Amino acid sequence: MFTSVDDVSVRLAEAGYLASPAVATTVFLAARLGKPLLVEGPAGVGKTELAKAVAQVAGARLVRLQCYEGVDESRALYEWNHAKQLLRISASRDESWDETRTDIFSEEFLLPRPLLTAIRGDEPTVLLIDETDKADVEMEGLLLEVLSDFQITVPELGTVTATRRPFVVLTSNAGRELSEALRRRCLFLHIGFPEEELERRIVRLKVPGLGAALTESVVRVAGALRAMDLRKAPSVAETVDWARTLLALGAGTLDESVVRDTLGVILKHQDDIQKAAAKLDLDAL
Amino acid sequence: MTAVADRITGLVGALRAHGVRIGTGETVDAARAVAALGLADRELLREGLAATLLHGPGQRAVFDSVFDLYFPRGVGGPPSASGNRDDLRDRLAEALAADDRALLARLAAEAVDGLGGYGSSPGSDGWSAYQTLERLRPQTLLARVRAGVRGPGGSAAGGADVADRLLDDEIRRRIEEFRRMVGAEARRRVAERRGRDEIARRGVRPTADRVDFLYAGRDQLAELRRTVQPLARKLATRLAARRRRAARGTIDLRRTLRSSLSTGGVPMRPVLRRRRPVRPELVLLCDVSGSVSGFSDFTMLLVQALHEEFTKVRVFAFVNRLDEVTGLLDHGRADPDGLGARIRAEATLTGWHGSSDYGMALGEFAERYGGAVGPRTTVFVLGDARTNMSDPNLPAVRDIARRARRVHWLNPEPRDRWGTGDSAAPAYAALVEMHECRTARQLGALIARLLSV
Repeated sequence: MFTSVDDVSVRLAEAGYLASPAVATTVFLAARLGKPLLVEGPAGVGKTELAKAVAQVAGARLVRLQCYEGVDESRALYEWNHAKQLLRISASRDESWDETRTDIFSEEFLLPRPLLTAIRGDEPTVLLIDETDKADVEMEGLLLEVLSDFQITVPELGTVTATRRPFVVLTSNAGRELSEALRRRCLFLHIGFPEEELERRIVRLKVPGLGAALTESVVRVAGALRAMDLRKAPSVAETVDWARTLLALGAGTLDESVVRDTLGVILKHQDDIQKAAAKLDLDAL
Repeated sequence: MTAVADRITGLVGALRAHGVRIGTGETVDAARAVAALGLADRELLREGLAATLLHGPGQRAVFDSVFDLYFPRGVGGPPSASGNRDDLRDRLAEALAADDRALLARLAAEAVDGLGGYGSSPGSDGWSAYQTLERLRPQTLLARVRAGVRGPGGSAAGGADVADRLLDDEIRRRIEEFRRMVGAEARRRVAERRGRDEIARRGVRPTADRVDFLYAGRDQLAELRRTVQPLARKLATRLAARRRRAARGTIDLRRTLRSSLSTGGVPMRPVLRRRRPVRPELVLLCDVSGSVSGFSDFTMLLVQALHEEFTKVRVFAFVNRLDEVTGLLDHGRADPDGLGARIRAEATLTGWHGSSDYGMALGEFAERYGGAVGPRTTVFVLGDARTNMSDPNLPAVRDIARRARRVHWLNPEPRDRWGTGDSAAPAYAALVEMHECRTARQLGALIARLLSV
């Protein structure tokens, strides 16, 4: 899929995703070793974007399983199409029961859900299992077979093994500690807040109209806010939003009044805004 | 390739000694990663090994230190070691102003080489990061670096740009980074001399959640405080999951029959009795005297962050007198770093002397706040049970234990030191359950276990 780590960063950059060395190395290894990639990190640092970018770069189909509390086998793996099975039974009155029975448990009546879809496909596939920590613990058990052997066992049909291994990305906000068994099967990547230089490049890429000096200031203030002890530290998404806001307002420099008016774009709690204002010596809000 | 394999297994062994759980499968993956990435680029190798060996972000700091020992950037000293302190300071100031990481790393190596050696002839006995930093004093360069960044005639008096107000903090962070580099470099030098495995096991700081509360330094406590919110979130989901499972109860006959009327008296759908969620009431008694204050502060913050899991939380602090501090912990006002100081400033905790007295404090609690403890209350006592030779006041503890649902005593001292010196731990442990709770990791596990319904 990729020839070297540099190849990964260059091609991801072409797809509009600027990868840090850690991200590029881990993606390269995941492709090379054929292991799933578990991405953790705070909200808004581009975990899901990474999967999308990899899919775009590799020319692969993106299959997405969005996890939520209560997601189960029939939503993640497969489901039998009961209505169709009933139709089939009522449509064939003169067949023997044995024939019907073998027929209604064939692939035709199987509704594939994301995991089975990703495993069965012949074309290159990127499987994104988003917000894994939101799913129940039982769901992790289901994932284990898929992640280690890339196969799914359907009792009535047998085992479906992947003809072509999908590139698997799991994301998690660390809302719940994932089990050790799941972690063991994956390469682990923690995407934190980017280094200043990288973030500058990201802002420049996403908001090209913003002046260089202003971009620099925006990134520096965001970095300082993250070093503070805030309830919700601003992530890259918020920095980019802020840059867009400043562009829309036509601000020339990041002076006091501009910051005061727009601080709500990057900070989402009133306590945080007050704390930041005190830190930046802004007049009382 | 065997030399590299030895390095990898050595690295894995050192990480395991620091409590990182790594299986053989991961070690094999790590070796495959090395084969795929090559040894030429150390940073790629670092990321590759981290991806294959680690399972969580908390392990990264330990990994980085250990990695520097097993896969050092270079061996021996830098080629040009001038050892001239002033010259080094000049170049350091320039590098800090330019924020040039590679140059800073080179200067760190040079500084350790020139200034850090001690022993009969310089460098023959060992290398000290402390001595290097003491002689170099990079923290005093702040003003010079600031001038260097702003340039000659730069906007000195706070320009219009808000970002310029942050410059000092940024420079401080760069200096901190340089200090870390010096530490890593000195460790590497020592490891060359004394054997890598030894240094990797003893010279590397453990992860924050495995640091003993009693011996944690100021910055380690600050690091711990940052883990309060994530830890609380994890505990909350775990407690909520337990409660949900416990809520699947027995059949409610009356409601099952009532609903069966709509199906002609056939109970098609059994109705389960809905259990009312039992959220315990919590009372926390915290010794906040010097020796155990780090532990108490951390636990108070953790309980405060978990307050939604309880119907009621009341927190009392004591040294030798006791006072309620629930109000001081209130949400929104909680400024974690200043918590300990505020408690000591605003609550009446000491009488005639400043050392802790468990007997007095527990007696005062039973007398003044006895009403706070009822049959649904779980009481946590936090402290090392060192009474300074005064009366442990066991009747007061017995009284509290009789009135409360459960009483747990969390003791930050290792179990084998209970009962030594002035510790009344065994006497208290005979009356209430006492648990050893030395690290944040132990505390998290205890809370999850003790507070489940």
